[in-house]
Order: sequence, then C-alpha cells, then structure tokens
Amino acid sequence: MSDLIRSTAAELAAKIASREVSAVEVAQAHLDRIAEVDGSVKAFLHVDAEGALAAARRVDEDVAAGNAPASPLAGVPLALKDVFTTEGVPTTCGSKMLEGWRPPYDATVTRRLKEAGVVILGKTNMDEFAMGSSTENSAYGPTRNPWDLDRIPGGSGGGSSASLAAFEAPLAIGTDTGGSIRQPGSVTGTVGVKPTYGGVSRYGLVAFSSSLDQAGPCARTVLDAALLHEIIAGHDPLDSTSVDAPVPPVVAAAREGANGDLTGVRVGVVTQFSGEGYQPGVLRSFEAAVAQLKQLGAEIVEVSCPSFDYALPAYYLIAPSEASSNLARFDAMRYGLRVGDDGTRSAEEVMSLTREAGFGAEVKRRIMIGTYALSSGYYDAYYGSAQKVRTLISRDFESAFATVDVLVSPTTPTTAFRIGERTGDPMAMYKADLCTIPANLAGNAAMSVPSGLSDEDGLPVGLQIMAPALQDHRMYRVAAAYEAARDAALGHTVISQVPQLEGAAR
Amino acid sequence: MTSVDELMDYAEVVERYDPVLGLEVHVELHTNTKMFCGCANLFGGEPNTHVCPTCLGLPGALPVVNGKAVESAIRIGLALNCEIAEWCRFARKNYFYPDMPKNFQTSQYDEPIAFNGWLDVALDDGTVVRVEIERAHMEEDTGKSLHVGGATGRIHGAEHSLLDYNRAGVPLIEIVTKPITGTGERAPEVARAYVTALRDLLKALDVSDVRMDQGSLRCDANVSLMPKGTTEFGTRTETKNVNSLRSVERAVRFEMTRQAAVLAGGGKITQETRHFDESTGSTSSGRTKETAEDYRYFPEPDLVPVAPSREWVEQLRGTLPELPWERRKRIQQEWNLTDAELRDLVNAGAVDLVAATVEAGATPAEARSWWVAYLTKEANNRGVELAELAITPAQIARVVALVNSGELTNKLAREVVAGVLAGEGEPEAVIEARGLKVVSDDSALEAAVDEALAAQPDVAAKIRDGKVAAAGAIVGAVMKATKGQADAKRVRELVIARCS
Repeated sequence: MSDLIRSTAAELAAKIASREVSAVEVAQAHLDRIAEVDGSVKAFLHVDAEGALAAARRVDEDVAAGNAPASPLAGVPLALKDVFTTEGVPTTCGSKMLEGWRPPYDATVTRRLKEAGVVILGKTNMDEFAMGSSTENSAYGPTRNPWDLDRIPGGSGGGSSASLAAFEAPLAIGTDTGGSIRQPGSVTGTVGVKPTYGGVSRYGLVAFSSSLDQAGPCARTVLDAALLHEIIAGHDPLDSTSVDAPVPPVVAAAREGANGDLTGVRVGVVTQFSGEGYQPGVLRSFEAAVAQLKQLGAEIVEVSCPSFDYALPAYYLIAPSEASSNLARFDAMRYGLRVGDDGTRSAEEVMSLTREAGFGAEVKRRIMIGTYALSSGYYDAYYGSAQKVRTLISRDFESAFATVDVLVSPTTPTTAFRIGERTGDPMAMYKADLCTIPANLAGNAAMSVPSGLSDEDGLPVGLQIMAPALQDHRMYRVAAAYEAARDAALGHTVISQVPQLEGAAR
Repeated sequence: MTSVDELMDYAEVVERYDPVLGLEVHVELHTNTKMFCGCANLFGGEPNTHVCPTCLGLPGALPVVNGKAVESAIRIGLALNCEIAEWCRFARKNYFYPDMPKNFQTSQYDEPIAFNGWLDVALDDGTVVRVEIERAHMEEDTGKSLHVGGATGRIHGAEHSLLDYNRAGVPLIEIVTKPITGTGERAPEVARAYVTALRDLLKALDVSDVRMDQGSLRCDANVSLMPKGTTEFGTRTETKNVNSLRSVERAVRFEMTRQAAVLAGGGKITQETRHFDESTGSTSSGRTKETAEDYRYFPEPDLVPVAPSREWVEQLRGTLPELPWERRKRIQQEWNLTDAELRDLVNAGAVDLVAATVEAGATPAEARSWWVAYLTKEANNRGVELAELAITPAQIARVVALVNSGELTNKLAREVVAGVLAGEGEPEAVIEARGLKVVSDDSALEAAVDEALAAQPDVAAKIRDGKVAAAGAIVGAVMKATKGQADAKRVRELVIARCS
C-alpha cells in the first residue's frame, strides 16, 4: 500500500493502464491513508469515498474493455480545493456561509477532471473564500503542515498542498489569487503552478478576485504538475476571460527539462526579493538553487523590477475591491446560510444578520476595505491608483522578459510559521505573499518548486520561477531541470524527507 | 402618506416657468437568450423556470456577452444617429436588493456602446422637435418581487415576498436623452411624442416587443422647472412607473403643476424618485434619498471589452430598415395624402395596419376609411390600441372585397366587422352565422316590390306616369322589409321594370 501512495501520478497512471494495479485499489489506498492521517492533518473538508470509488471503477471498466485511457492521468486520485463547484457534492469555500450547499453544476475544471478519468477523492480545506496564507481563516479550523503539525501548510490552498505532503493524494488543484498555490507549495515541499491568467477556466471557481484568480495544478513532481496542467487548461466559452489559444506545451517542456541541460537559457534574479524580512536559510537555499541553475548551463543575470515594491499595497486594494462585489451575492435569498428569518424581519435585516454570522473576520475586513476603496471620492485615490501600479508592474515584467527567459526568486520570505503566530497581525500574514503577488497583478505564469530544506529549521523552501504570459512551458523546463539536478545532488527527493505521520492518526 | 399636493394652474405654470425634461427609456430586447447566459428570454412563464447558475448568481458562475444583444444595441445607436464606441466595457453597479441575484447589476457606466445622437420628433400639428440623445447603453434586467398579503401589492404591509428570476438577466438597452429645453407649454406633448417615435423606431428595427403594458418599454421622466428667463436648471424629480404613452404626457404635466406650486410657495423641490399613479394621474414620493446612493461602479472583471470593428458597424448600418418617418413620407406620396390625412393616419396608430390592408388587396382609401374612421372609434370605445383590436388587416381586406363584388352592402360589412371584433370568427363565418348575405334572389325581391307598390298606390301611379324619381320611396320600403340585405340598385331596377 505504501508504494501506491508514495508513487507519482505518472507512475500510477502507467500501472493502471497496464492493469498492474486497478484504479479502485489506488483510490482505496488513498482513502485508507486519508482515514489514517487526516484526523491530524485536516486537509479535507469533505471526503467523497463513494464518488471516488465509482469513478475509479469506471476507469477500470474502460481499461478492461481495451479502450485507450481517457487521459495520461486516468484513474489517478486528486484532491480538489473546496472553491470549485462539484455537482451534488458539498462546496463550502471554507465558509459557514455555504455550509451544506450542494451545487447543481460542475465547474469546468471539475468537468475536465471527470472527463479525463481523474478520481476526485474530496474537497480540501482553505482559508475562507481563499483569503489568507495559512488556512487559519477556514471556518472549519486550520489544516496542519505534515512537516510539522504545529505549523501552517500555507494558504489559501493549504488543504491541497498538505494532502500532497501527507501522501493523501498524488495530485491536487488549487487557486492562486496572490500566491495561494505557490506559497503552500513552498512551505510543504511540493510543486505548485499558477498558469497564465485565462489559461484555466474560472467557470465554477467561486470568485474571490476575478481579475487575479487562477486555477492551477499541485503535485509532488514537476512532470505530474505538467500532466495535470494540460488536462485542466484550454479555452472555455463559458469564461469570457479564458484565453483562446493553444495550451502551452508544458508536458513536453517538463520532459525536455528533465534531460538537465539549460544551456542558452537566460535566468533573471529579481533584486527586489531579498534582504530585510527574508529568513537567512531561505535566502541561502535560493542562492544554492541559482548556483545549480548556472551549473546546468543557464546564464544568470540580476534584474531590477522597481514597481514590485508596490505590488502588495496595490493587491490589497484591487483584490478586496473585487471581493466586496463578488461576495455580495451571499445574501441568504437563494442558497446557503440564512439567519434571523423568523417571519417578522425584512429581507434586508435577514441579509444583514446572515452576513454578520456567516462571514469570518478576515472576509469582513476585506469586504470593508474593498467597499471603502470603491466609494465615490476615494475610487481614484485607491482603486484607480492600484490599477496604475498594476500597469507599471506589467511593464517591469515586459522589460525584464525582453532580456531574460524566466525570472526567479524565493517563493515566500520564510519557511512555514507556527499556527497562531501571525493571526493577530494581518500585515505579517500578508507579507507571506510578497514575492508571488506581482505575477497575479500582471497575469503571467509562475510556479514554485521545492529547493530543499532551510538549514536553520529543516523546513521546506520554494524556488519561484516566473515566465511571460502563455510561455508557461519555459518555467516547466527550468523547473524540471532543476528538480532533477537537485535530487541528484541530494541523493533523494525533498518530499521523501517529510516525517512519518503514521501513529499520529486520531 | 395621504397629503394632497397643491397644484398650479397649467397656464400659469408655463407663464412663470420653463420646464426641462430628461427621459430615460429602458427597452427589453427580444433576443432568443438572456444578456449573459443561454436561458430563454421569454415574458412570463412559471416562476423560476428560465434560470441557470449564471442568471441566478450562483457561486462560481460567469457571464458571457450575448452577441445578438450587442448587435441590437449598435443598430439602435445607429438609428438614433449616435457614435458607436470603438472599445467599451461593462461595469458593476453595486447595491443590495433581493431580486438582484448577484447584488450588483452588470451594466455599462462611463463607456456606453452608443453616444451623442438625436431623434427628430413630430408633434400633432406637424412641428418637428429634435431631441438630443446622450447615450444608449447595455445592461441586464433584474428579477421580480411579488409582495404577498399587503393591501396594495407593494412591499409596505406585505406578509411575505416571492422572487421570480425569469426576468433576471434579460437584455436591456437604456436610452437617455440630453436635457430637453425650450419646449415650454408643449413639454408634456414632446415627452409623449418622443417616446412614441422611439417606440415606432424600435419596432421598425425589430429589436424589442416594445410593449409598455408588459414592461418591455419603460420610461422614467425627469422633470425640473426654472423661472422664465433663467438658465440654471432647477432640482429635478424622477417619475417611475409610467406605463403608457398617455401616462408619459400626464406624468410630466402633473409634475410641472406640482413643482410650480411648491416653488411659487417658496418651497424647495426634493430630489427624489416619484411613483406615477395611473388611476389618479398624480405622482407620489418614493423613498427620499437622504444621501446619494453610492453604487461603487468599477469595470466588470468577468467580461472582456466590447470592441465592435468598424466593418461590422458599417455592415449593421446597411441592415437598418426604412425608418418610420421616411416610410411615412413615402406613403404620403404613394397614397397621395394631404398632411392632415397623414397626421390622422399616424395619430390613429394606423400606418402599419393600413399598409398591411393595402398589401392584402384593398385600396389605400378603402383601408383608411375602415381603420381611421370606423375602427379607431371601436378601439376608443374599448379603451385599447388600434393594433390590439381582434381583427387583422387581411380580414378587413376580405370584407372590402366582398363589398366590391356586391356580396355585402356597406351596412352589412360593418355588421360583419362587428361580429369579427366580438370574437365570432372569420368574416365568412360571421356572414354565415348571422345570415348577412345580400338578398340577390329576384323572385324574393319582386314579391317585396309588389307588396310595397300595393301599399303605396299613389307612388306607384307616379312612377307609371314616368316620374322615376319617386321610385326612391318604394326602394326604401323594400330595403326596410329586407332588413337592408337587398342590393338597392337591383331593387330600383325591379321597381322601374314593374311599373313600365
């Protein structure tokens, strides 16, 4: 059993296709693992054992009938962030507001996974409505980092990344508005990719900030992430902001990169992302990763992106502004929580009482910030200025990519912090996304790949690789080359160092 | 709540004040599907049957712009002589209301698809007023709230409310005029004429049902007054629920007399939304807005900009139909009508009906005499629009043909039409059922003639003496005896034959 849960998605798919193992056995092994360890990790909000086994059975029947696999990941289990709608399966977004809601429709990502024969094990925990960097803002309690159960698994997609590090699933889906895929990937020693904005459909992704939200793959290897990327990506007529262009050839790039040659690739080191506020062990890990890239033949140059210094404040105006509007629909009229409807109160009062009771503190804070930033008289100073900063950041990326193929930086300034450490200090929490936010504001592609463990605390560090819009394959090639070289140098994978969780169960 | 507004005599109002109008017209497009989703765009239907995740505002659902609605918006803009934006966006208008699924309306704000146009409007006496158009923009309709248990059907006093989202997401075009000034005492008439002209235009474009009674054409009338000789606009009110052309005129007139009384009494006009009451012809205060509502508009991030190519716009310009006023000019020439005759035709709302009747075989004169004279009276008696009468141009044309062939007299023809209007079926069925055929059986007529001659021997003698003019009395008696169903010409021939 242990073999199955420690396998990569690519290995599992091959074994299922060759009937060496059945998809049902693979699904059951992961369901057993969840039953064993999730009591302490708490990665899942809902486990859909029945649905997962039924989906696995269909894959097995397909294989038995001699049909070609529905996709290169047919039969492989996956953990889905609870921000995607799943027909008939609870979707809460980590909020009390949607407790018990069973959507009547599948998100496009959900539908594509099902059509690809990917087995959805359940829905993973997250900061409420994807607002946070630790999953501590989940209304259902925090997820714990498998590397140290007293630490956060990152956020908002901490459930998805923790499920990978806990070997509860070989694949997961996250969403990244300001770093919610990459930062959890970084602090759990897993791979997390934010594709180019519009690369993956947002239809059925419950919106936090529409112009920033992007769904992407999470995995334990670069190749697995690429395989998943190609399944979920592609134009969707139901999402007007979806890019109508061919999916970048990320799988081919990951395979090419694994050959370990980066000769001719120009890598830019963003000078803004170091110094004060960066944990020394994180910076040392980053420098070692850059040295490794150089050894692989890459040309390393320093690149200055001065507007990146304003990314965080701009983000905290734009994202809350859009959120204040996106979350207005949670009004108790049509679905979800309803409070105070005792026959005497007006609809307006019920709306107000419901929103008071249903939203957590961070969500309320952002709704208030956003409402304020959009108010007449303040719009130009706040939302308007933030949009201008956004343009400047895009220009910084443009001029950087005129001279380099990819940019690199640490994914997040520190390793996983302790649960509770930053809950009282929103600014400290927001700084976890310092390096990841620029790519969201500009809409280009970015990913995090593990760069080993910090020498001071033994916790995982992530290397962020950023590429121009629709050039997602560039970063996959660099990441795959780096991953292979890193493992060769270490003599083992990073994820293999995660402590045993057995015995921690219940 | 029950205070009665003081009103100033209208003559005095226009002597002392200049009115300024601003008209906002909402048009529901009759596209097959809604503005941002694939749901059917149909009026009515069982509540909440034309809905999907997008128009219900379910979490995760996204909008996609209906290309046909954009096309209609551009055609409306072109017909209103507007400039068409090369690039424009939707925005979100944020406010909470239960019948708004997302609690924001996706609408255009500062980047309308069409702007800076005009519409020439003809008044009853032929005067033409040019109304400047500020903008025409695209947006989505809201759902409908049904308040149950209250006395008035309004939210006040209701026990509970029901929500129907069938209308949520129906495509709307909002057409806004620039301030209309200088119309003086004719302001109410201009308002009605503008909405009428707009309705006719939209109908000709075939973009909407333009049914004010069903809400597919809705007018909000902004009215303010300024003392004569001044140029600074006064505080305006916005009157909603103006659901007929006649109401547009009445609402403007009422607001003018009400505001004048307030101003003359030293009072101030409150900037507010007012509600028009069809039964009393008056307006009443809605909620007074203590502070201006802040809709926190911002560009809709779920949609990409609308950027109609110039080629497409020109192609659409080529699809514009003959505009109503151009058509009227042509018809006037073809039918050889005087200005007064044309105006009667237009005022009766009979242009299309007469044209269709002519198309079906009647002459313009015959068709006009039916629609403008007889049927207009019938419509007035019933309190409906001419087009709403239960008779078609084809049916009128058939009745005309029967008169021309001698099978019906004019008097019988009216009875046939009355029967059709009363729902008795096709003209032929009414003739059959009511027995309205002209009596053309000579033996039956001869018997009636003989009877009449016998009854009036002195008249018979005169005719025999060659005084043919006297035959009229006998013809009249025969027509009376046959209840008008005889052909008078034939009766006269028989009378003279009998007496020679």
